Amino acid sequence: MNTSVNIAGVCFKNPVTTASGTFGSGKEYSEFFDLGRLGAVTVKGVATTEWKGNNCPRIAETYGGMLNSVGLQNPGVDYFIKNDIPFLRKYDTKIIVNICGHTVSEYCEVTERLSDEDIDLFELNISCPNVSAGGITFGTDAKMAETVVSEVKKYAKKPLIVKLTPNVTDITEIARAVVSGGADAVSLINTLKGMKIDINTRKAFLANKFGGLSGPAVKPVALRMVYEVNKAVDVPIIGMGGISNTEDALEFIMAGATMISVGTANFANPYATVEIVDGIKEYMEKNNIKDLSEIRGIIE
Amino acid sequence: MKKFIFAEVVEIKHMIEDIYDMYVYAPEIAKNAKPGQFAEIYTGLGEAILPRPISFCEIIKEKGLIRFCFRVVGKGTKHFSEMKKGDKLRLLGPLGNGFEIPDAPQKSIVIGGGIGIPPLLELCKHLKGEVHVFLGTREEPILVEDFEKTGAIVHVCTENGCTGYHGYAITLVDELNIPADMIYSCGPKIMLKIVSDWAKKKNIRAQVSMEERMACGIGVCCGCAIKIQKKGEDDWHSLKVCKDGPVFWNDEVIW
Repeated sequence: MNTSVNIAGVCFKNPVTTASGTFGSGKEYSEFFDLGRLGAVTVKGVATTEWKGNNCPRIAETYGGMLNSVGLQNPGVDYFIKNDIPFLRKYDTKIIVNICGHTVSEYCEVTERLSDEDIDLFELNISCPNVSAGGITFGTDAKMAETVVSEVKKYAKKPLIVKLTPNVTDITEIARAVVSGGADAVSLINTLKGMKIDINTRKAFLANKFGGLSGPAVKPVALRMVYEVNKAVDVPIIGMGGISNTEDALEFIMAGATMISVGTANFANPYATVEIVDGIKEYMEKNNIKDLSEIRGIIE
Repeated sequence: MKKFIFAEVVEIKHMIEDIYDMYVYAPEIAKNAKPGQFAEIYTGLGEAILPRPISFCEIIKEKGLIRFCFRVVGKGTKHFSEMKKGDKLRLLGPLGNGFEIPDAPQKSIVIGGGIGIPPLLELCKHLKGEVHVFLGTREEPILVEDFEKTGAIVHVCTENGCTGYHGYAITLVDELNIPADMIYSCGPKIMLKIVSDWAKKKNIRAQVSMEERMACGIGVCCGCAIKIQKKGEDDWHSLKVCKDGPVFWNDEVIW
């Protein structure tokens, strides 16, 4: 039985990774299990300098999910290189570094700084709904998306995954654009832009008014988009959006995902990732599947 | 390695209004817990997926018990309030830093507001020296006898004047003007800010237990950020209530 998968020449021992921003750089979860059991750790977005994030409240629970407007709070690339890479390298897992920025040059700068570091892949975040400049503004316009990807690609000495937003009319159009800009893989979906109102204070619940919806509530939408993008482009897909258990993960693989990311479920169950790793193996054994390629994208 | 604890509900009763009093058997947590720390209680509900951070009201190490005194505010706490004796809850803890308690006796002022009162009970059991506790509630006070049992001098303050001092706790603190070496406080943010301003005016340092909406409770999601400028730093940083707090020094918080 082979649970390993390959994206742009990088081999992962299993198809399970973490959704950026829900796993930090792994330190906190390393207190629950061996990070080496994961195919990869996808770290929280890294910017050129410290980003302090948005005002609170940043979190609102919703039916079967949650809204966040954290705003990519992170200590910056220098801190990441000094502290997080050496920490993660102690574990037998791949490192996917999520890159965020306000401008094309910021994305390029972080990518360049990390290109000679000991990491495995980049994930370009052009899809965060919670920052005013950059982020999603690049991810909702096909031309801008293609431009930023092709610029970042010039500095990226590791394979480049581009993370897509669901907040568009046609996600396949953006997927095609980033692939034509040089993306080696795509990951989807980022959060869906949403809102909650406190009827007692008669104000928006989140300080930032809007936030990104994640969790089980978004899964059917995410799954549909993975399916559509798989039909539209030839690069590998990292599927995510509400994946909480093995069944969810297998649905994404059958829709066409090569890898899957566990996000919000980490908050509800810190063991969600490793339970899915075990669950996929069990499913493969039970159904006599030798390699995940046998079921990947099996839905016509 | 951190582990979930499946804690049995030993006793649960309705206190007043929408506040519940619950004892759970969790010796692994009780063994290491400190006043001011909290546990994440997992809901197990599909519609309300996030765990609920609830501070320890009492830590009864010798019996392996943790006491939670919580208010029903949403689906999660409603679910906990419907627990029966013998039911099990999934817990993670102890989490957070807790209060700093000096070994030497000191004069302490403890100020609690609303559902910020319970975490101060365990604190009062540990404070040495003269302790004045101010319990502020809108209506009926809570845990008055429990605080009296710790040996503290208890001042009850109600906003509607149904009992005790008619007004805010901090107003009475100011009126009585009791000298102190340290202030400890937990309650609504607006109250903590007023406590902090008063403490600064009187040149007394205050430890404030803060609250923010959080998702993970373990320092990952950055949901519960608070602006903190530590002594010697030239700018503030976003720290996490769940991991760097919930207790902060009042003069380091950017209110």
